[in-house]
Amino acid sequence: MAKITFKTHDNDSHVIDIQNGLSVMEGAVQNDIPGIDADCGGGMACATCHVYVNEEWLDKLPNKEDGEEDMLDMAFEPKKNSRLSCQLIVSDELDGLVVSIPSQQC
Amino acid sequence: MIKTDVLIIGAGPTGLFCAHQLGIIGLNCEIVDNLDKVGGQCIELYPDKPIYDIPAIPECTGEELTNNLLKQIEPFKVKFHLNERVEELKKDVNRWHVKTSGKITFDVAAIIIAGGVGSFEPRKFPLKECEKFENDSLYYSIKDKTIFKDKTISIFGGGDSALDWALELSNTCKINLIHRRDGFSGAESSVQKVKELNKTGKLSLYTRYQMESLIGDNKINEVKIKHENGKIEQLKTDYVLGFFGLIMQLGPILNWGLNIDKKTIEVNTENFETNVSGIFAIGDICSYPGKLKLILSGFHEGALAARGSFKYAKPDEKLRFEFTTTSKTAQERLGIKK
Repeated sequence: MAKITFKTHDNDSHVIDIQNGLSVMEGAVQNDIPGIDADCGGGMACATCHVYVNEEWLDKLPNKEDGEEDMLDMAFEPKKNSRLSCQLIVSDELDGLVVSIPSQQC
Repeated sequence: MIKTDVLIIGAGPTGLFCAHQLGIIGLNCEIVDNLDKVGGQCIELYPDKPIYDIPAIPECTGEELTNNLLKQIEPFKVKFHLNERVEELKKDVNRWHVKTSGKITFDVAAIIIAGGVGSFEPRKFPLKECEKFENDSLYYSIKDKTIFKDKTISIFGGGDSALDWALELSNTCKINLIHRRDGFSGAESSVQKVKELNKTGKLSLYTRYQMESLIGDNKINEVKIKHENGKIEQLKTDYVLGFFGLIMQLGPILNWGLNIDKKTIEVNTENFETNVSGIFAIGDICSYPGKLKLILSGFHEGALAARGSFKYAKPDEKLRFEFTTTSKTAQERLGIKK
């Protein structure tokens, strides 16, 4: 279980508990976090679950798999700290993770 | 106006199999899709990726699945209308009148929406000011490349479309290729060619840059791009092209009075009809308790929606349940000769 904070672009904060093994995207969708569209359902095929990871967490996350960076090219305003939340699998180590949601997904 | 029993919106696997189920029970249908090819997400998103959960097919790619479904519906000679998006629906007594983006009109008894996550549209630049120049000096796809001859073109993107067009247009135009990182997702051979052209000055490559702003009144004169370290470059340009792949959007479906929640259409599980009689929704676009977004679920939903539309297409007839193994009528419809 990990507590994950989602910051929306209008500065709302949503803190939710996500079970280990689920992706950050799945946790967001199940909890109706606004701004995570996840059109393709976790197939790394759409870039609509794009989040910005809080700087201090960047190095603590598992590296991007092949394909995630390619998909991020398509995302809305990608930055250096961009990730696809469907590729972030929750574990105890992710407890306290803070991510920001872009102003739009496409 | 084209008159048929059922109009299917979406030529993905669900829509294709639904056409088969309609054919088996003796209903005609035509299919509209916004893409230029049949197959939906299977072809657009993962043509080469293997799928392992189609019943009785241990492994197949999106492309193989699509081709097999096309083969399966061959006997029914289904007509496809590609590059068309359904824009308007109007109820006309017991029929529906449908109009597409290309002004094709249909008169049908029922509509089955198999639209996946919506129609595929090009992904656009985040900057608001881009809209003003769209289809004039800014494009997301190329229909007539001759307009670019001897001009300066700034291309954004790092996939095959961006690379292929940069290479192709570099023969007749001055090209700036701008991409947000050093790596590219396009084919390695194209990346090498682009780098060679950059060395010899036939193309200018800007990596780790993104669009900052556009300058121009009616037409674009210059584009400002910003490096990730903050440095800004200002490039003279006649045209801007963006290639960021496709995004799925529900589009006009939102205006048809259907109950929509989280980009999906609510249906009943008896025949997958929506809250509007005569309009059905199947596949990824429909939602009901327990919905799984699997291709196999789409097949089941299509079989039931096809039967559900029978009463609208042939109100005076009764639909008999038959097996293809034993039904002479079904076998005739499939064109099987014994």
